[in-house]
Amino acid sequence: MTSALAKDIKELVRSCSAKEAALLPALYLAQGKTGCLDDKALELVSDTLLIPRARVRGVASFYDMFRSGPMGRHIIRLCTNVVCMIMGAEKLADMLDRKYGVKPFETSPDSRFSLVIMECIGACGTAPAMLVNDDLHENLSEDRIVEILDNYK
Amino acid sequence: MEGYKKSGGYAALQKALGLKPAEVLDEVRKSGLRGRGGAGFPTGMKWTFASMDPRRPKYLLCNADEGEPGTFKDKPILEKDPHLLIEGMIISAYALQSEYGYIYLRGEYPSARTILEKAVLEAYASGYIGDNIMGKGFRFHLYIFFGAGAYICGEETALIESLEGKRPQPRIKPPFPVNEGFLSRPTVINNVETFANVPFILKEGAAAYLKIGSPDCPGPKLFSVSGHVKKPGVYELPMGITLREIIYDHCGGISGNGKLKAVIPGGLSTPVLPADKIDCPMDFVSMPRHGSMLGSGGVIVFDDSVDLVKVCLRAMAFFEHESCGKCTPCREGVGWLRSILKRLSEGGGNKGDIELLSEICNNILGKCFCALGDGAAMVTQGFIRHFRDEFEARVR
Repeated sequence: MTSALAKDIKELVRSCSAKEAALLPALYLAQGKTGCLDDKALELVSDTLLIPRARVRGVASFYDMFRSGPMGRHIIRLCTNVVCMIMGAEKLADMLDRKYGVKPFETSPDSRFSLVIMECIGACGTAPAMLVNDDLHENLSEDRIVEILDNYK
Repeated sequence: MEGYKKSGGYAALQKALGLKPAEVLDEVRKSGLRGRGGAGFPTGMKWTFASMDPRRPKYLLCNADEGEPGTFKDKPILEKDPHLLIEGMIISAYALQSEYGYIYLRGEYPSARTILEKAVLEAYASGYIGDNIMGKGFRFHLYIFFGAGAYICGEETALIESLEGKRPQPRIKPPFPVNEGFLSRPTVINNVETFANVPFILKEGAAAYLKIGSPDCPGPKLFSVSGHVKKPGVYELPMGITLREIIYDHCGGISGNGKLKAVIPGGLSTPVLPADKIDCPMDFVSMPRHGSMLGSGGVIVFDDSVDLVKVCLRAMAFFEHESCGKCTPCREGVGWLRSILKRLSEGGGNKGDIELLSEICNNILGKCFCALGDGAAMVTQGFIRHFRDEFEARVR
C-alpha cells in the first residue's frame, strides 16, 4: 500500500508544472489512502518528495481539512460562523451531540461520524449549512439533519 | 462548453487573439475594472506593472479561495459558469503573455472542483488552452490547485506561499507579486469575479463597460446577501447601488417579524453599519466615506433579535483561529480581543474593558504584514462605535 502511494505521489509530481506545488496534493493523496495524516503518512510524503519531515508536518498541521488522527466513517463539517450562527447553527451542534453522540472535533462512539466545526463554507445564503464528506447540505433544521444523516451509514 | 458557446462564449477570446497583447491590456485598463476580491485595486494598473517586468515565465493566478464570511458570490461562477472564468483567464494570460495559470480553489468547495476540472479539460479539447491556442501561436496551460481550509490563503502572498508548498504565511509587501510572486517570478493574481468581467470588456469594449455602475467604479458587482432578509442569495447589480436598494428592492426586505438593526456591508472584515446608515452607495470609492468598505460585497443583514456583542465575539474567534501567527500584534492581540469579548458577552465584563478593547485595536492597526489583524481591529472598533451601549450593559 505504501509503495503504491509513493508511486502515485511521484506520478503527481510529474503532472505538476512546478514540483513545489506537489506537496498539498500529495498530502491529500496520502490522507485519501491512509485515512488520516498520521506520523507514518507524513514520513512517506516526506521521503517520497524529499522534503524535510519538519516542513511536511508544519504544512500539514496548518490546514483545517487535514486530519492527524483517525476519523469516523463520515465527516460532518458544520459551519458556526456569524451568519450560520444567527440562523441557528449552535442548536444544531447541540443536537448532533444529543442524537449522534458526536462532539465538536471528536468522533462518535460508534465511529460513524466525526464533527468538525468550520469557519464559513460559503453557503451563507442558505444557512445553516454543512458538508458531509463532499456533499453540501443547506437550509438545515434538526429534522432535515436527521433525514440527511440517515443516508450516511 | 456547448451551452457556453451557444450564448456567445469564447467569442471574446477570438477577438482578443486578433489584437496585440498590449491592446488587450489597454482595453482592460480603459475599462476602469477594479479587483473584485475586496481591495478594489485597478486591474489594468496591476497588469501594467506586471508587463513592465521583463522576466519570464509570468504566472497568472486566480484567487478562488473565497473564505470571507458572508461571501459566496464566486461560487456560482465556479459551479455554474466555469467557462466564463476560464475564458477570462486565457484573455488575461494573453494580455500579460503569461504561460502558466493556476486556479487556487478553496478546499471547502469540492463540487466546484469536479466541475472546474471537467471545464478545463473541455477547454483543452477545444483548443482554447494548450501550446498553440486557436492556431495563434499563443501558449497557456491552466492547472487547478485545491486548498485545504485556511482563510489566510485568500491573502495573495499567503496563497503564493501555499502554492509553493510552504506554511501559508503572508509576505511583506513591497515587493509585490507583480514583481516577486510565485517562485519569485512576476505574478498577476486576481479574484474569480475580476476575471469573469474580462470577456465582456473585450467583446463589448471598455466604453460599454463604463456605462454600467459609477464613474470611479464601473461595471457590475456580485453581491452575496445573507442573514435576516426574505430573499438571500447572489445578486448582480451595478456598482454604486445603495445598501437600502439591495435589501429592500431586491432582497424583499427583512424576514420574519424583526426590524433592521445593523448591516455588515462587505464581508466579515468590514465595519458594521447601523440601520440608519444604509443609504450608502456600494462601491470602492464611496463606502470609505460612509464609514465602512465595499470589501467582497458580502452583505450580512441583522434584525433586532441579534446580540451584536456575541457577533463581535464570534468574529474575533474566527480571526483568532485563522491568524497565521507570524505577527505578534495579530496573533496575541486578536486573541486578547476575543477573550475580553467573551467575558463581556457572558455579562462578566470588567470596568475599563471597552477602553482596553480600543487600546488593543490601536496596537494591531497598521502593525502587521497583512490585513487580517487590521480587519479584526476595525470590526471591533465599528461595533463599539455604533453599539457601545450593548457593550456597556455587559460590564459588571
